[in-house]
Amino acid sequence: MILRTLTAGRVLATGVAALSLVACSQGDARPKTASSKAAPKPYARDPYPSTYRAYPGVPTVVRNVTVFDGEGGRIDNGQVLFADGKIVAVGTSVNAPADAQVIDGTGKWVTPGVIDIHSHLGDYPTPSVQAHSDGNEATGPITADVWAEHSVWPQDPGFSRALANGGVTTLQILPGSANLMGGRSVVLKNVYSRTMQGMKFPGAPYGLKMACGENPKRVYGSKGRQPSTRMGNVAVDRATWAKAQSYRRKWDRYEADGGDMPDRDIAMDTLRGVLAGEILIQNHCYRADEMAIVEDMAKEFGYKVTAFHHAVEAYKIADVLKANGTCAAVWADWYGFKMESYDGIGENLAILERAGTCAMIHSDDENGIQRLNQEVAKVLASGRRAGINIAPEVAWKWLSLGPAKATGIADKTGSLVPGKMADVVLWNGNPFSVYTRPDKVWIDGALLYDANDPKRRPVSDFELGQPGSGDVK
Amino acid sequence: MKRALLLLATMLASPVAAQTVAITNATIAVGDGSAPVENGTIVFQNGRIVASGAGVAVPAGAQVIDGSGKWVAPGFVAGFSDLGIADAGGVSESNDTGARTAPFNAAIDISVAINPAEVKIANERLGGVTRAFVAPEAAGSIFAGQGAVIDLGDDAQPVTRARAFQFVELGESGGRIAGGSRPAAYAMLHDALTQAQDFRRNPAAFGGREKDSLVKRGDADALLRVLDGAMPLVVHVERASDILTVLALPRDYPKLKLVLTGVSEGWMVAREIAAARVPVIAAALADLPAQFESLGATESNVGRMRAAGVQVALASTGNNGGEHNLRQYAGNLVAITRVPGHTGLTWGEALASITSAPAAALGMEGEIGSLRAGRRADVVLWDGDPLELSSSPTAVWIDGRAQPMRSRQLQLRDRYLVPTEGALPKAYER
Repeated sequence: MILRTLTAGRVLATGVAALSLVACSQGDARPKTASSKAAPKPYARDPYPSTYRAYPGVPTVVRNVTVFDGEGGRIDNGQVLFADGKIVAVGTSVNAPADAQVIDGTGKWVTPGVIDIHSHLGDYPTPSVQAHSDGNEATGPITADVWAEHSVWPQDPGFSRALANGGVTTLQILPGSANLMGGRSVVLKNVYSRTMQGMKFPGAPYGLKMACGENPKRVYGSKGRQPSTRMGNVAVDRATWAKAQSYRRKWDRYEADGGDMPDRDIAMDTLRGVLAGEILIQNHCYRADEMAIVEDMAKEFGYKVTAFHHAVEAYKIADVLKANGTCAAVWADWYGFKMESYDGIGENLAILERAGTCAMIHSDDENGIQRLNQEVAKVLASGRRAGINIAPEVAWKWLSLGPAKATGIADKTGSLVPGKMADVVLWNGNPFSVYTRPDKVWIDGALLYDANDPKRRPVSDFELGQPGSGDVK
Repeated sequence: MKRALLLLATMLASPVAAQTVAITNATIAVGDGSAPVENGTIVFQNGRIVASGAGVAVPAGAQVIDGSGKWVAPGFVAGFSDLGIADAGGVSESNDTGARTAPFNAAIDISVAINPAEVKIANERLGGVTRAFVAPEAAGSIFAGQGAVIDLGDDAQPVTRARAFQFVELGESGGRIAGGSRPAAYAMLHDALTQAQDFRRNPAAFGGREKDSLVKRGDADALLRVLDGAMPLVVHVERASDILTVLALPRDYPKLKLVLTGVSEGWMVAREIAAARVPVIAAALADLPAQFESLGATESNVGRMRAAGVQVALASTGNNGGEHNLRQYAGNLVAITRVPGHTGLTWGEALASITSAPAAALGMEGEIGSLRAGRRADVVLWDGDPLELSSSPTAVWIDGRAQPMRSRQLQLRDRYLVPTEGALPKAYER
């Protein structure tokens, strides 16, 4: 799954030029076809490209520190070196250049930056006024044509809290779950910018948010429309996938052979991307039985579910998810807030880990995103109580490498491996203790939060000049 | 009056255990703001704490529990909560929190709805929560109704104190409910209190049964207790200016016993709150401008208010079974004492903010919320620091009665520890 994901990511990143080249060379080899048909003109795969640029940093080595490398490894009294925005070396001792800034990490921990695979920051920003409600295009159950990035307000104060209190360096913004197909997600670096494009994670693949269960059937059933039941949910999904298969055939043929350009459908572009393995399915789903149905639907139409989100009953079907290569992105202990969350338990993530199922923590919440490390700590305690002992360095995978893989960016970030982005958090103690907070946060090697320096505390336009502007938060 | 209330409380109380229990060699955290005492002992009998701390003698015949390596703390007091009134929040059929189309408001008495068999109660008890302030939600009026103090015990009598407080919305949401503005909410408040006084002066002449009357007889009767200061009035406001407006209410109603909740911008007017001696039940970690009324929100809010002399308790912001997170909130307020610029709480104050401080906000500090002698024996034995995320309760007593350490969540966990089906379907495993 991971390989396929990463390959897809690269195809997407290299973009239109590569596809055109392929098409041209085929045309040259077959002059007859070329003469009888117009050359194909593929549509742009990346029309709102990232303009993110890493901010400058200085070569930095953190010494005498406990390291969770994000891949499951731990180094006591270790060292981490990064320069030019990349991790250079991690070990018990590293060869730091003479001009490197040296930080004494005695009593502190270094980890990869936290990645939240499920956030609505920017789309549901604070203040949570109606004018800011931009996360659900709840005007039809299939809105695969909408892109979450077109709703992102880069001035959301929530980004700063996720950085300073949560050590979050990357986050995926998803449309809400009112719709069966809610639209495309976008992956952001947690660095304020004047524009959404300025936050956009370079080269990250898109996701498609899907939802099963109570929300779509409630939202549309209450309007007297399909779907009003769970079977209606699946029926509308299947009808849509069937159309997408047809759309994909037409466009694949056209982009290979040219001829008359088929009608363009922005929603179907996204579904075609899913069927081609370029766009990853991020599927809101609570109940075990529904997840199992979605897995069969994915096989029926030839796509893959990258991750179920919320998945409060994932623990009941850990084996099914594992067999399908699907991840579960879950809360630590949310339950009881709706019927389909009634069976939530605090050991969900621990049971999944023990079964060898791909799993991770997520927030879906502008407050929870500030404490994802603590959410994992609660899982570790619940697991221990159930006789499931998971090492803390292994659990850190739920906070960085797991979500990096499930968003298709694990080749770029998510662990402290030389060559990866220097997305790094220095914690002022054990990050699984309630008494610990971020001390410093670097993104691509740039120091963007420092607890000891009020000037390294971002203040969004919205908060400037308002009560509490620039305060600790 | 106080004696009458105590009598009532006794009548409603859960069954108590007669046996004397002593936990020895444990770290004792009393919950009154003091630092924990190592190698301490706690003794309780007949449902009440006899003594706790260092140098406490173990009475003959007591059941002795060795607490070596463990901690003892009072059970947490969760205010405000929907425990016992909503099996699952989003399931409207099971949900008694709000009554949008009811003709009554202040008269609503949530105590009649408490269901001690609701599964969340046992789940949250295993998180160390032993009492909760169950509040109705304002729906059709700024007055939500009368909340109850309950215990989370495994028995049929959950109500510690019925009609323990009246809850009213006076910020943005109060304005919305009242028709669209804050002034409308205050007009509604003053009108209702005036009508309550009319009712007192001449009950026979008081209507309150007309279809369009805003204040029914039961509402007026409930508000009289608020006017007399016999029942605390819990006011939800967030903005600094709203807080000051509420603090001025006793000029018109001198006996009002105010409690503020929400209070995101409390730190901006902390001296005024302290001077008014009004207790606060605040969200610990609200640090976002969730609405325009909370632009100044910061995790330092509680610490700064405490430093200014305000009596502050933490609100259990997580309904729907999130009450066990109270200790996480409290721990975070200790964490921020190590972050430059922040004001947090000492460990002892943090524990008090989820035990004795909420009890004191409702005038019940003599009954619940600490391990001091005479209090109800709501005692939790922990395998470590009770505010630390790695710790879990190993035993829970409520009114001195040992509680079963099982819950529906644990049964689900045990059924699916190995997710695959066995010789028979999962439905046969229990």
